[in-house]
Amino acid sequence: MATIPLEHSLVLAGVLFGLGTLGLLVRRNLVVVLMSIEVMLNAAGLAFVAAGARFGEPDGQVFFLLVLAVAAAEVAVGLALLLALRHKMDTLDADAASAMRG
Amino acid sequence: MPGLLWLIPAVPLASFLALALVGSRVPPRIVSLLGVGAIAASTAVTLAEAAAFLGTPPEGGAWVEPLWRWIDVDGFRPMMALRLDALSLVMSLVVTFVSLVIHLYSVGYMAGDEGYARFFAYMNLFVASMATLVLADDLLLLFLGWEGVGLCSYLLIGFWYRDPENGAAARKAFLVTRVGDTALSVALLLLFTRLGTLQIHGLMSRAVRDWPSGSALPVLAAALILGGAVGKSAQLPLQVWLPDAMAGPTPSSALIHAATMVTAGVYLVARTHLLFQLAPPVMLVVAVVGGVTLLLAGCSALVQHDIKRILAYSTVSQIGYMFLACGVGAWSAAIFHLVTHAFFKALLFMSAGVVIQAMHEEHDIFRMGGLRRPLPAAFWGFLIGGASLAGLPVVTAGFYSKGLIVYSAWAGPGGAPLLWLASVVGALLTSLYIFRLIFVVFGGSSRTIAVEVAKRPDWTELTSMGVLAALSVLGGLLYLPPWLGDHPLLGRFLERTLPAPSRVVAGLSELGSEGVVTLAFAIGLLLAWWLYRVRRPLPVALAGKVGRALHRFWFEDWGFDLAYQWILVRPFIRMALANKDDMVDQFYRFVGWGTVRLHQAAARSETGRVRFYAGGIVLGSVLLLFLVVLFR
Repeated sequence: MATIPLEHSLVLAGVLFGLGTLGLLVRRNLVVVLMSIEVMLNAAGLAFVAAGARFGEPDGQVFFLLVLAVAAAEVAVGLALLLALRHKMDTLDADAASAMRG
Repeated sequence: MPGLLWLIPAVPLASFLALALVGSRVPPRIVSLLGVGAIAASTAVTLAEAAAFLGTPPEGGAWVEPLWRWIDVDGFRPMMALRLDALSLVMSLVVTFVSLVIHLYSVGYMAGDEGYARFFAYMNLFVASMATLVLADDLLLLFLGWEGVGLCSYLLIGFWYRDPENGAAARKAFLVTRVGDTALSVALLLLFTRLGTLQIHGLMSRAVRDWPSGSALPVLAAALILGGAVGKSAQLPLQVWLPDAMAGPTPSSALIHAATMVTAGVYLVARTHLLFQLAPPVMLVVAVVGGVTLLLAGCSALVQHDIKRILAYSTVSQIGYMFLACGVGAWSAAIFHLVTHAFFKALLFMSAGVVIQAMHEEHDIFRMGGLRRPLPAAFWGFLIGGASLAGLPVVTAGFYSKGLIVYSAWAGPGGAPLLWLASVVGALLTSLYIFRLIFVVFGGSSRTIAVEVAKRPDWTELTSMGVLAALSVLGGLLYLPPWLGDHPLLGRFLERTLPAPSRVVAGLSELGSEGVVTLAFAIGLLLAWWLYRVRRPLPVALAGKVGRALHRFWFEDWGFDLAYQWILVRPFIRMALANKDDMVDQFYRFVGWGTVRLHQAAARSETGRVRFYAGGIVLGSVLLLFLVVLFR
């Protein structure tokens, strides 16, 4: 079985993380922003799993499970906030909710 | 009779408390009874003490009556103690007796005034303070009395407080004397730190033991004490407050600003004479200050219009004589003049008060005239007091005291012909200004519009004026010169405390000197007669361009007030205005301003936009990673 070198997995994880960050920064729709955060979380998870596989340790997969749980909690809170915003401002534009400026 | 001395200040103090607390609620009759009665009791105690003192002279020449320990802090242990020796006995006799007479006069003078009880309360407090000052055994207690009389002076100058001018005069008096008091308190600190005590007797003996004559410390201490004395006694250059102090009721002017308080400076110098003798340069300064002051104030008195201001300048001038006497070392002559001056100047002020009340509170002598017939009591009071002030030979007290000072100015240990000359010229000026006043106010027939007398003196005023008139004449018996039987009773008595007048040979005899004084008196009298009776318009005609300028200059007290206004008051006010917003605050205000600005800049980054924050986080993380990679 041909093994995939660690570098490849890490590069992929880095690219995914960068794409997620880019989406987080440039998109205004909060649904897409949440999705971008998911992508970033999964990029981190991928890095954990790849590293775990490389060193033959189960810790990477354990950490990935933890990341999944955190992501689920994050999505629950994020979607609730998103709904509240939608009720209050009738929009999903992240820049619309800027009342808390200095 | 030691053990009862404390009553002398305590009785007036108790009466002050009673009057201050309930005075406005009891009828005036009770107020006068309490106010005058307290002083009468004080006088009686003083007389009893005097009798006991003369009957059985105490060992060491003094009774010391310790009352209680005032403070006990780390070696600083001043006592509340009273001391009765020859000097303080003479002073307390004068103070209590003249106070009694003036209090009696005030009953008539102040009758009907709405502040009747307040007036007597202040006056009693004054007598208590003055007695404390005179009897104090400790310089700190003396300072307490010193400040007490200053306070009463302030309260009484501004007695009619509804007129802002009176309040301004009171503040001026208080502030100007404060300059001197500051010097005096520095002197106390210096003496205590150097000699370790403030008890006068111990202080003087330690000073004589430890300090060589003419060295820096006694000179400094004596100069500082002189500063205090100059302020209180209205001598050059702090004399500016006394003429303005005439804003107070006339009895208080008589008591405080003529007879007693203003002579406290002379008393202080005499009390600390051992220290002054260790400082010959300061003695010379005392004499010169006295000599110059008596001339300057005499000239100013010549041109005043206000009857009380004339007397005020006269007081400054006469205290100048006392300082002159102290300065040349003729201590008992100074005290003698202090005593006679208290008599005749109080009499003059009382007479002036009668004139003022009769003329509807008019003070300008040139709006009076021909008052001899309508106001005989005031006329005789002025004539006797004025004659004594000017030194009418042989029959008046002022002649003997002034003659003694004039002679001592040359023949005393520190005497000089120039000082003698100044005092003789001063005698001429005195005679001129007082007879100018008398001729202008009382001279002339019914030339003026029919004089309508608003208020005639009642029996209390007449009695007290009579007593002082008698004393102004008979006071001379206290100290008869050698050519008249040689009975210097007062001088002998004071020798127990003050050094005996040691005479050096003068250029002329005592009789000769007194002849010259008589001549000066006569010239002044005749000049006043010629100028103000024979040719009344002459003073106006005399005032050419130079004369008018000189007149104005003298009228404004040699420009002292103006100078102080420009040198001290104006710059101070300007500085106060500039500093109204407190310059020191500018720094703190800058710090606050900077903080607010920084905050505003930081607040601008709080956009409220989530993506902006996210960008910040990303940028920060990248930066951190970069740094980690760079500096690993």
